[in-house]
Amino acid sequence: MKLELITLGIIVVFIAAFAYISSTQNHEWGGADGQAEDVISQLTGGTYQPWFHSIYTPPSAEIESLLFALQAAIGSMIIGYFLGYYRALAKMKEAATAAEQEGKSNA
Amino acid sequence: MHIMEGFLPHPWWEIWFALSLPVVAYGVYRMNQIIKERRDTLPLLAVSGAFIFVLSSLKMPSVTGSCSHPTGTGMGAIIFGPWITSVMAMIVLIYQAVFLAHGGLTTLGANTFSMGIAGPVVGYFVYKLAMKSGLNLYVAVFLAAMLADWATYIVTSIQLALAFPAASGGVLTSLEAFATVFAITQVPLAIVEGAVTALMFKYIVQLRSDVLLRMKVVSPGTIESLKEASA
Repeated sequence: MKLELITLGIIVVFIAAFAYISSTQNHEWGGADGQAEDVISQLTGGTYQPWFHSIYTPPSAEIESLLFALQAAIGSMIIGYFLGYYRALAKMKEAATAAEQEGKSNA
Repeated sequence: MHIMEGFLPHPWWEIWFALSLPVVAYGVYRMNQIIKERRDTLPLLAVSGAFIFVLSSLKMPSVTGSCSHPTGTGMGAIIFGPWITSVMAMIVLIYQAVFLAHGGLTTLGANTFSMGIAGPVVGYFVYKLAMKSGLNLYVAVFLAAMLADWATYIVTSIQLALAFPAASGGVLTSLEAFATVFAITQVPLAIVEGAVTALMFKYIVQLRSDVLLRMKVVSPGTIESLKEASA
């Protein structure tokens, strides 16, 4: 349980930091990837033009968040499936050994 | 850490592809080998890949007032090593480049290098070093995952600085500008990623320490002392 509590503590601090900063300062909360673009245009004096464009761009922020959520959902599903599988496997092994021992003591 | 589509000029995008592709190719070979020879590791491989999928989809706000995302590559690097992790990272990056307009196909080489190779290599060696110096297993995992995440963003900054040296001051001035965007934003996220990875690792140790032992990720002595501590 200790590690769970430490992790929870770190996440709480993280959320608190966000809550504090977003309520006291004015930020756009944009992506760092996009900010790098601004740095590039500053460094090159705005002359750099990307020479290739994304083959597909989600038509709206909603579609984009759908695809991101899908990515997370697929990942979580796989993790949950296998951890659950392992857990059940460990339980069944335990039960099998216990039954075996009981059989031995009866004999 | 995604360098956007078309934002790496010639010759840099080719250079990063040339560096990444051989690693990924060897990673594919290693992955096939491990799948054939050790089928019992397949679920762990799936979990490590899925972990990258989940963590890299979470765009989190940072203290700098901008958002970035963890990489999730630390766990794969610790269990399977950087070669195989580079393949998993590249798959995630392709998904994001094709469907999300995040990163890009022309910058895939550079992004694979930072997230799939540089980060995992750092994570792998930090883990080995931490275990050798006798740190607690979960502290070692925490440090490895945190530094793998952070190293990824440092490398992205270096990649961009090399491609866009400042008119006055050159690469180092650029590096400072890019590192301000990436490296500082990433510090709190890397800490969270380290903690979450350590927790995930704890569950894997609890459930399948036998596989980790066989793959020599952990030593029997480490598992013993963890069991004693929890008993």
